[in-house]
Amino acid sequence: MRPNTPYTPRDWDSHPPYIVPDYRSTLLRGPKKPLIPLPHSLSELTGPVFGHDVVGPLDHDLTRNGVVNAEPLGERIIVTGKVMDEAGRPVPHTLVELWQANAAGRYVHRWDQHAAPLDPNFFGGGRTMTDAEGRYRFITIKPGAYPWGNHHNAWRPNHIHFSLFGPSFVTRLVTQMYFPGDPLLAFDPIYQGIPESARERLVSRFSLDVTEPMMALGYEFDIVLRGPRATPIDED
Amino acid sequence: MPKQTPSQTVGPYFAYGLTPQPYGREGIADGRVVDRTLSGAALAGHRITVTGRVLDGAKAPVIDAMIEIWQADAQGRYAHPADGREASFHGFGRTGTDGEGAFRIETIKPGPVAGADARPQAPHLNVAVFARGMPNHAYTRVYFSDETAANEADMVLNLVGPDRRNTLVAMLEKTAGGPVYRFDIRLQGEDETVFFDA
Ligand SMILES: [Fe+2]
Repeated sequence: MRPNTPYTPRDWDSHPPYIVPDYRSTLLRGPKKPLIPLPHSLSELTGPVFGHDVVGPLDHDLTRNGVVNAEPLGERIIVTGKVMDEAGRPVPHTLVELWQANAAGRYVHRWDQHAAPLDPNFFGGGRTMTDAEGRYRFITIKPGAYPWGNHHNAWRPNHIHFSLFGPSFVTRLVTQMYFPGDPLLAFDPIYQGIPESARERLVSRFSLDVTEPMMALGYEFDIVLRGPRATPIDED
Repeated sequence: MPKQTPSQTVGPYFAYGLTPQPYGREGIADGRVVDRTLSGAALAGHRITVTGRVLDGAKAPVIDAMIEIWQADAQGRYAHPADGREASFHGFGRTGTDGEGAFRIETIKPGPVAGADARPQAPHLNVAVFARGMPNHAYTRVYFSDETAANEADMVLNLVGPDRRNTLVAMLEKTAGGPVYRFDIRLQGEDETVFFDA
């Protein structure tokens, strides 16, 4: 990649709009005036670079990084995947942060009042760097569903929050990973706010290859970040 | 070709994951883009504080937003291979808003960076805003009110209608503790902050 190639714009056929009427808190928080297209300068072509110094040895293993006196409760899972750009090129050595509820659907967050138990041995936050091939791997506990106040009997599907940087400030992405076959996906306005043709990209795949015998079920979740704009040869 | 992974909100509970210092965990960054304890070359430039509130379309404080800052050093250099020069600090900050919707960034005033037209841009901070109720983060910029001439010539500010340009300019207040720039982020409404399709 040439360092000064601009990045592709955000693909609004892939991302939800800022205002999703059924997701009520978007109504007052979504910008309504048109976004102003920004020609890319070094301000957009650069972004924070993190080294392995921000990642501790247990940060990728949520079954161990919150342990006080026992293993956390719940179903152990492995979540792994590849971070790539829109040309399929791996995004190596980029920071991946993740946070989630525990097996009972309760967050460590101080504001979470859901009447489900906290697990003293589960924190629910972690981070890792992708390797030279853009791969990441977390070990964790399958998060539980939890209720929220958006509408009567609203429940979030099981999900894991992901935060990624990629090579520049404009490749930044915060998203959520879901699980295959979750019946709550059909009723979740946050998931349903994504354009229909793009939604399933957030549903991880169960993988027997990633699953480890006697240890943990495996799920694969690949992530595609914005990439350098195609060279004239690639343009269609 | 693979297509972009859809964005989703950070939700209400990102704090222990992304700004976990109050939970006794180390985070990757905080509101001090340049730490008070740094000295020497990293201190080249003017120390400033940028503070303000995030407000929703009803002018209510957004108490669960997160602000990220990405900026050049006082010489206009970014710590990134696409710049290629040695910057004097990392240039990234991240902080949550408090119970009043307020945030506070301590940093060095950035120097001018070449624009897409190769002419120097006015000094600015690049900002990403995240919150519950925002399916996508929003990009904006902080410019500085005491850079009148540079702001008037800035290519990006000139993409913005004159009636909205002021939403991108932080107002300087001289305080006993040093220069403080005031920058409120209005997510929606008559005086909505300018956001970019960056
Ligand atoms: Fe969540």
